[in-house]
Amino acid sequence: MIELKDLTKTYGDTTVVDAVSFTVEAGEICVIVGTSGSGKTTLMRMINRLVEPTSGQVLIDGEDTRKVAPFELRRRIGYAIQGHGLFPHRTVGQNIGTVPGLLNWEKERTRKRVDELMRLFQLDPDQFRDRLPSELSGGQQQRVGVARALAAEPNILLMDEPFGALDPVIRAKAQDDLLGIQRKFKTTIVLVTHDMEEAIHLGTRIAVMDAGQLLQYATPEEIIANPATDFVAELIGGDRPFRLLSLDRVADHVEQGEAEGTPIEARLSLREAYAECLWSGREALPVVDNGKTIGRISRAELARKAARPQ
Amino acid sequence: MSVAEAEGGKRSSFLAFDKLGVLIALIIVAGALMPFTIFRANRIVLGEGRSLIEALDPVMTLVLCAVLIAGFVVALWRVDTRAKLVVGFMVLAVLAINVGLSADYLTPEENNFSRISPGAGFWLLTFAFALMVADALTRLRFKAWTRLGILAAVAAAVAVLLWSGTLDNLSILREYATRADAFWQEARMHLLLAFGAVAIAILVGVPLGIFCYRTPSVRAAILNVLNIVQTIPSIALFGLLIAPLAWVALHVPGARAIGISGIGTAPALVALFFYSLLPIVANTVVGLQSVPEAANDAAKGMGMTDRQRLWAVELPLAFPVILTGIRIVLVQDIGLATIAALIGGGGFGVFVFQGIGQTAMDLVLLGAVPTVALAFAAAVVLDAIVEMVSTPERPK
Repeated sequence: MIELKDLTKTYGDTTVVDAVSFTVEAGEICVIVGTSGSGKTTLMRMINRLVEPTSGQVLIDGEDTRKVAPFELRRRIGYAIQGHGLFPHRTVGQNIGTVPGLLNWEKERTRKRVDELMRLFQLDPDQFRDRLPSELSGGQQQRVGVARALAAEPNILLMDEPFGALDPVIRAKAQDDLLGIQRKFKTTIVLVTHDMEEAIHLGTRIAVMDAGQLLQYATPEEIIANPATDFVAELIGGDRPFRLLSLDRVADHVEQGEAEGTPIEARLSLREAYAECLWSGREALPVVDNGKTIGRISRAELARKAARPQ
Repeated sequence: MSVAEAEGGKRSSFLAFDKLGVLIALIIVAGALMPFTIFRANRIVLGEGRSLIEALDPVMTLVLCAVLIAGFVVALWRVDTRAKLVVGFMVLAVLAINVGLSADYLTPEENNFSRISPGAGFWLLTFAFALMVADALTRLRFKAWTRLGILAAVAAAVAVLLWSGTLDNLSILREYATRADAFWQEARMHLLLAFGAVAIAILVGVPLGIFCYRTPSVRAAILNVLNIVQTIPSIALFGLLIAPLAWVALHVPGARAIGISGIGTAPALVALFFYSLLPIVANTVVGLQSVPEAANDAAKGMGMTDRQRLWAVELPLAFPVILTGIRIVLVQDIGLATIAALIGGGGFGVFVFQGIGQTAMDLVLLGAVPTVALAFAAAVVLDAIVEMVSTPERPK
C-alpha cells in the first residue's frame, strides 16, 4: 500500500505538484494521467525519492520513506521508464540482473531469476542472455526493461510512460503482458501516461493530474461516467460510450438464446462485440468460450451498457 | 564499398581510372624524374642529385623502373583494392631496398666521409605509394586486430631491413652508427617524456573531468584556463617554466632530490603534462555528457549510489571518448617531446637540434624519423583499441 499525503514539490516560485493526497491499495494498478507539464512524472518520482518532496510525505506499508536511505528504498521498488534505459554496454542478462547484483544475491540465484524472467517475457534465455540491447527490437528492449524492473521481486513497480516508444500493435501486446504479470505477482503498480485510453485499459484506479493539481482519483467507470471537471471530460474525449464498453468483457454479459453467424470470443471486450454487431448488421452474436457456444449477446443489451450509468 | 567504387563498377573496366590514382600517378612521374639519391663529399657540404639512372647499377635501374611502371599502372587503373594494398607495400619495400643499394653503389671505396642520402625523388615516390596504401587501408576497413597485425608486419619488415645491413651505407644510418648508445638513451628519454606526461595527465585529467561534469558552475572556468594553456606556444611554455621550477627546486625540501630543477626533464615533463590536460579533461566531460539520459535515470531509479553509477555506467560508456582524448594527447606529446631538448630535457629532439646547429640534415632525420614512426604507430594502436572498446552499433 502506498499513501501519498499532501505531497508538494516547488522549484523556486513554480509549484509542480500541489498538495496531492491519495492511497494506492496493495495489488492495484494506479495510473497517473495528465498532459505534459501536469506534474504526473514528478509525482511518481517522489515515491522512490528520485525527487525529494518539498513538503508532505509518502508512506509505503505504513512506513515513512524518508526513514530509509534513497538508494536502499529504490532497490525495493521496481523502476521502468520510457525508452527502457537499458545499459548499452551490458548484456541482456547483466541488465536484468542489475538490482540483484546491487543486493548481493548469490550468482546462482540471480541467474535463475534472470532466466525465469526472460522466459516470462517470451525471450529465450539461451538465445538472448548474452546479447547487447542494441541487437534487440524495440519491443524486446522494452520487455527487458520491465523484466529488469521486476528482477528483485519488488512489491511495488513504478513505470514512467513504459510503452510510449512502441508502435500500436506491440504496445497493445505489451499492455496485455503487463496485466498478465501483474495478476501473477500481485505487484502494486504506479504507471504514468498521457494516454487516457491506456489509463482506462490498465488502471484499477486513475489519478488525473493538471497543473500540479489532482483533479480526480477514481475507478475508470467512475471517471468516464462522472468526470470531475471539464478538463477530465476533455481528456476522455467524445467516444465515452465506447470507452465504457471497453471496460467489460463479453463473458460477464452473456444471455440465454441463439444467434446466427460468426461467433465472438467471451474474453473480448463489449466494445469489440458492439463493433461486430454494427459491422455485420446483426441484432445478436453467438458467444463461444474455449470453442463451446455458451449463449449470445444482443445489440440492445450492448447499447444499454454504453449509456451513461445512472 | 565507397560511392566512387560503386559508380565505377557500372563503367567499362577498360577505361576505369581511379581518381586518387591519377594524382598518385602524377606524383610517381615527378618522383621518377627527380634525383633518387643525393651524393655529398662529406656530411655538411651541399649535395649533388643522382637520378634513377645514375644512382644504381644498370641492372637494378631496370628492375626498379619495371617495378615503378607496374606500380604506376596499378595506381592509375581501377583494380581490386586488395591488389593496390599488396602492390603498394611491395613497391615501398623495393624502394627502401634500392635506396640502400644506391648508397652501396655510390659510396667510393674506403671512403668514410662521403654521404649518400635519399633525394626528393625517393621521398616523392615513397609518398605516392604510401598514399596508395593508406587509401587502400581506409577503403578496406579492416577490423582492429587486422590493422594491428599489419602494423606489426610493417614494423617487423623495417626491423629486418635495418638488421640486414642493406641500409647501412645510407647517411642517416652512418649518423646512427657513430651515436648508437646516445640514440637508445634519447629514445628511452623520449618515451619517458611522452608516456610519462600522458600517464600523469590521465591520473589528474580524468578525475578533473569528472569533477567538471558533476559541477557545471566551475566547468567553463576550468576548461577556459586549460584552453589558454593550450594556446601558449610550446617553446614559450618550456621557457616560462624554468623560473618557477628553479624556485621550487631551491625552496621546497626534497624537490631537488626527485629531479626537479629549472632546466632538464622536470620542466619538459610539466609542460607536456599541461598540454595534455585539456584534451583529456574535455573528452572526459564530453564522454560523460554523451551517456544516455535514460540509462542514468534508470541506474538512479534502481538504487545505484553515485559511486556505483560512475563505475558501472558512466565511465564504461564514456571510456571510448576518453580514450580518444588520450590518443590525441599521446600522438601530440610524442611530437612535442622533441622540443624538450631545447631546455636540456633530452629525447629525439637532441639530434634534431644538434643537426640544425651543424647544418647536418642527416642528423636531423635521425631525430625526426623515429619520432614520426613512433607517433604513427601510437595512433594506429590507440585507434584500434578505441574501436575494440566501443559498444558495437546495431548491425544493419
